[in-house]
Amino acid sequence: MATLQTRATARLMMSPAVILLFLWMIVPLAMTLYFSFLRYNLLMPGTEEYIGVVNYQYFLTDPAFFTALGNTLMLVGGTLLITVIGGILLALVLDQPFFGQGIVRLLVIAPFFVMPTVSALVWKNMLMHPVNGLFAWIARTFGFQPIDWFAQLPLFSIILIVAWQWLPFATLILLTALQSLDGEQIEAAEMDGAGVFSRFYYLVLPHLSRAITVVILIQTIFLLSVFAEILVTTNGGPGIQTTNITYLIYMQALLQFDVGGASAGGIVAVVLANIVAFFLIRLIGKNLER
Amino acid sequence: MGSITLEKVSKSFGTTTVIPEIDLEIDNGEFVVFVGPSGCGKSTLLRMIAGLEDLSAGRIVIDGKDMSNEAPAHRGLSMVFQSYALYPHMSVYQNIAFPLKMDGQDKATIDKKVRDAANILNLANYLDRRPGQLSGGQRQRVAIGRAIVRQPKAFLFDEPLSNLDAALRGNMRLEISDLHHQLQTTMIYVTHDQVEAMTMADKIVVLNAGRIEQVGSPLDLYRSPRNVFVAGFIGSPRMNLIEGPEAARHDAATLGVRPEHVKISTTEGAWKGTVGVSEHLGSDTFIHVQTESAGKITVRTDGDFTAEHGQPVYLTPDAPRMHRFGADGQAIQRT
Amino acid sequence: MARAVKTRTKLTFTIIGWTIGFLIFFPILWTFLTSFKSEGTAIATPPQFLFFDWTLENYHEVQSRSDYGKHVMNSIVISVGSTLLGLLLAIPAAWAMAFSPTKRTKDILMWMLSTKMMPAVGVLVPLYLIFRDWGLLDTRIGLVAVLTMINLPIIVWMLYTYFKEIPGEILEAARMDGASLAKEIVYVLTPMAVPGIASTMLLNIILAWNEAFWTLNLTAANAAPLTAFIASYSSPEGLFWAKLSAASTMAIAPILVMGWFSQKQLVRGLTFGAVK
Repeated sequence: MATLQTRATARLMMSPAVILLFLWMIVPLAMTLYFSFLRYNLLMPGTEEYIGVVNYQYFLTDPAFFTALGNTLMLVGGTLLITVIGGILLALVLDQPFFGQGIVRLLVIAPFFVMPTVSALVWKNMLMHPVNGLFAWIARTFGFQPIDWFAQLPLFSIILIVAWQWLPFATLILLTALQSLDGEQIEAAEMDGAGVFSRFYYLVLPHLSRAITVVILIQTIFLLSVFAEILVTTNGGPGIQTTNITYLIYMQALLQFDVGGASAGGIVAVVLANIVAFFLIRLIGKNLER
Repeated sequence: MGSITLEKVSKSFGTTTVIPEIDLEIDNGEFVVFVGPSGCGKSTLLRMIAGLEDLSAGRIVIDGKDMSNEAPAHRGLSMVFQSYALYPHMSVYQNIAFPLKMDGQDKATIDKKVRDAANILNLANYLDRRPGQLSGGQRQRVAIGRAIVRQPKAFLFDEPLSNLDAALRGNMRLEISDLHHQLQTTMIYVTHDQVEAMTMADKIVVLNAGRIEQVGSPLDLYRSPRNVFVAGFIGSPRMNLIEGPEAARHDAATLGVRPEHVKISTTEGAWKGTVGVSEHLGSDTFIHVQTESAGKITVRTDGDFTAEHGQPVYLTPDAPRMHRFGADGQAIQRT
Repeated sequence: MARAVKTRTKLTFTIIGWTIGFLIFFPILWTFLTSFKSEGTAIATPPQFLFFDWTLENYHEVQSRSDYGKHVMNSIVISVGSTLLGLLLAIPAAWAMAFSPTKRTKDILMWMLSTKMMPAVGVLVPLYLIFRDWGLLDTRIGLVAVLTMINLPIIVWMLYTYFKEIPGEILEAARMDGASLAKEIVYVLTPMAVPGIASTMLLNIILAWNEAFWTLNLTAANAAPLTAFIASYSSPEGLFWAKLSAASTMAIAPILVMGWFSQKQLVRGLTFGAVK
């Protein structure tokens, strides 16, 4: 069906989306790159000048950058750890036949649809509040000292909230992958005398490996940019204990109006994300061939 | 009316030639089967006739009119696809009515034609169902129904039975043959199954690697295959093809003899051998014999013949029915 | 595995499954319950679970806030608007890629995907400045434009995978049946593509509704959708948990229901077809 005419039509049909996306990608990115080499502060208009890589020097040698980088890695790593392990366990449970399976499935995926600002505020206030929160009440009921979550364990608290939001995503994808596992394969392994754990280790886990990779990569992309949860709970504090790269750049740009410095940070963030994206793209691309 | 002529038709994708120049004459009312192994270009050829693929060169003439560059819709042909390609969102009735609706016929005419077709195809009770609710055989009939309501110049079938199980395939074969007798319309039928070709065709076109190997009636092809390929492809079980000294003894590079043209005896014969596997079909028995001089030979004998595994036997080919092929694979004419 | 499962095993998993489900869902349930409490009951210790004076007062109060309706409208306009605009751009593109693929189709798809992986913060500064200079800050139009571009790759991808599933033979059958290109699109392709378009739309509205980077950074009072409205409850002065809960419940309920309906498509949409 591929005649010359249809090919021309196809190109015409694709061009609006492709051109707009291209502009959307290239124009702001080029501007960020350009700004990153300027001294450019909105509070001091008219002082813009080319200063080479100074912004990068400042950004990359700022101790706050390393704290933020560490926080970002902790946030991403911690959330991944909880969601992937939790997701596998949950998927295994949800894959078993039991009464009300469909309803439980709906309950489990629900957090994914809650907007980030809502989940952050609900957790911060109603669950984690050191005096009136539910966790505090539970701790006191069992005779423990309630934890002041956002003062004592600020980053962990945010990890907990973010993990709650992303656990459904991991569960749903792993469950989908699990359900595509060939039942006869499991039965064959059973005939071969494989127990529950060897079946999990030798059959289920390898089958899930691709889905796990997808979960890790996609979540990493999103988790590198966690923002709203930090904004409405801690504002990056106490100090900069919960400031991640995204939040650090946001502060520099919209609170300190340091366009040049924020742009340099933005470029650093783009580079970091691209390292992850590189692997994800290759994985999906490979899948597209089949 | 429905005569189709292919003149020097060829097809290539980029630099790969799928079909080198082909000439073919299909008469009105004929049932023509394109048969060949998968990838031989038979489906491509059919789709070129349908107008779903462009020609790289040559002409396709339908009823005396050059249709080479005409859109599929204007060629007056109907097609039944391998996957049936029924419209899943339409009922059986709507599926069959679709070509008539596209043709802009009025409601009453459409209704009459759809119901007639449904009656012919035993679909009258299923008109309100969706394709998803039908069995494979019923879907097949809907696809055929959709093809016949247009009263086309010719029907094109693209491996229509390959998704059905063996029993159903046998039935549908008969139904399609019946339909051909009823309608007397030209049919072009593509299959890789030589049994379908033999049982249904008026004329078989054997294709291999895009080339036509032989054109002829089923019995022509069976009795006098033009080359080794056709000899091996037509007939079941396959013709025994013998090479080496035994063939040379008959002045041929390859010697062919059909399993039904070999006599088996426990006492005497031309080729000595031992019985391997015997397949008892009831009416017939196929015996696979390892011979000393002619290699592995399959013999078809009546259902009452029994032979033990490993038993020595003697085989005698029916000399007048042997086929001789030269080193180029072409048949050597009997003198 | 087609075999009888022992009732006891099934019961055990019923208990485990429901317990986990309840725990994960609890924060949402708790928000829902709290939205019917008075502010005093909401912060009471020990917490009141079911037996309190149920009241709709919070809902009345949230809705009577002068700006509430505006924020709801902003959310609707922004999420629906960006989705429709995205579909308008993506349907022809995905169509072309699925039904008239070339050697470069795959590259274009992968490139589109890669734009999705650019961190928002990388382009925050220039976008903020562009918006400021063009007077787009705190406007619905500006947000619709940004969210359209953000979600366009996902829309194209989802539609592409759906369109790809429509077998080419059916389109050829329509052509053989005498349908012109226009009729082919109206009678055959569109009815078959509608379910895919609908679920793409649903998922995209959800994503746009919950987007909380650009909506927080590019809006103030006028164009702020519910994400930003809820964020305004984060101010430390006073604990208005019951009202927060009522506002939150209203903000998430419609999306939660839509999400439940689209859970199957979710996997496809968010993994770009890498997991089916």
